[in-house]
Amino acid sequence: MSEAVANDAMEAGGTQGVVDDWSRDKQVFGVPWGKAMMWIFLLSDTFIFSCFLVGYMSVRIATTDPWPLPSEVFALTMFGHSIPLVLIAIMTFILITSSGTMALAVNMGYRKDRNKTFWLMVATAVLGASFVGMQAFEWTKLISEGVRPWGNPFGAAQFGSSFFMITGFHGMHVSAGVIYLLVIAFRVRNGFYEKRGGNYEIVEITGLYWHFVDLVWVFIFAFFYLW
Amino acid sequence: MAAEGQQHPLKVYYMVWLLLFIVSFFSYMVDYLHLQGALRWTLILVFMFVKAGFIVAIFMHMQWERLALKIAILGPPVAILVLIWLMSLEGIHVEDSRLEYYGESTMVPETPHH
Repeated sequence: MSEAVANDAMEAGGTQGVVDDWSRDKQVFGVPWGKAMMWIFLLSDTFIFSCFLVGYMSVRIATTDPWPLPSEVFALTMFGHSIPLVLIAIMTFILITSSGTMALAVNMGYRKDRNKTFWLMVATAVLGASFVGMQAFEWTKLISEGVRPWGNPFGAAQFGSSFFMITGFHGMHVSAGVIYLLVIAFRVRNGFYEKRGGNYEIVEITGLYWHFVDLVWVFIFAFFYLW
Repeated sequence: MAAEGQQHPLKVYYMVWLLLFIVSFFSYMVDYLHLQGALRWTLILVFMFVKAGFIVAIFMHMQWERLALKIAILGPPVAILVLIWLMSLEGIHVEDSRLEYYGESTMVPETPHH
């Protein structure tokens, strides 16, 4: 990969750079404060999701009842065949697609191409909203089949509480992300950031949040749906 | 401070995008092909870490950040490994206690039908 460290070209890299960054009389992180704060928020969010996933692991180990098979529980009958996990797979691909459009939006933001940035962010938000819609469909289907936070007909009672807690909290993050994206996208379009020196770092910060939501889904997909 | 932030050739993003699609397809195939046992868990974890790594490194630009930020953000989550270890011990202990005092599960689960 290219050494595209445009900033701090004068400063040392590696471990000497770490010492310099922390010990000099200057900002520690050579990034805008908004970006550092978003990273720290995401770090705390990492711990929240980790607690949910570790809690899920713990109850799944501890139960003596058989764990419901996600492959069967989340199967859908399409075109006369029962396809395992098909909706979850579609949701995964939608979220990856939205991550791609977001990455392009960040790039276009730094190129100050406001029109493309706007439309790429709107596309990301639309994909995110469709993800939430499919999640609502999934919840409706499971609830109609008798899955509850306190029990279900397919096996261990803890399945329902883990499922609703983990996917619900993730879905809430996606919904918040859609709103966040739309707010920033419309501000990009109406020239809000032009009045502030044409600085489009905010698009990258929004992107960090959105990629994080995708990142969490990677772990949920692996541990909850595939395991 | 960075004047123009993180600017990289679009090709990098397209490559990672494509890679994420391919790896996600593989991880779905793990389930679709009914792989079981150690092979299943190894593949799930490998594909998961590959995807997570590329998202953080490229899409979130972590690989181009300075080491001070990398350590500050990527270091603390290592503590989660300790939590996983402790909670798995706890889980095993609780299961053993339940088996000892309540006996084997008598639940007969239904098969989901859609």
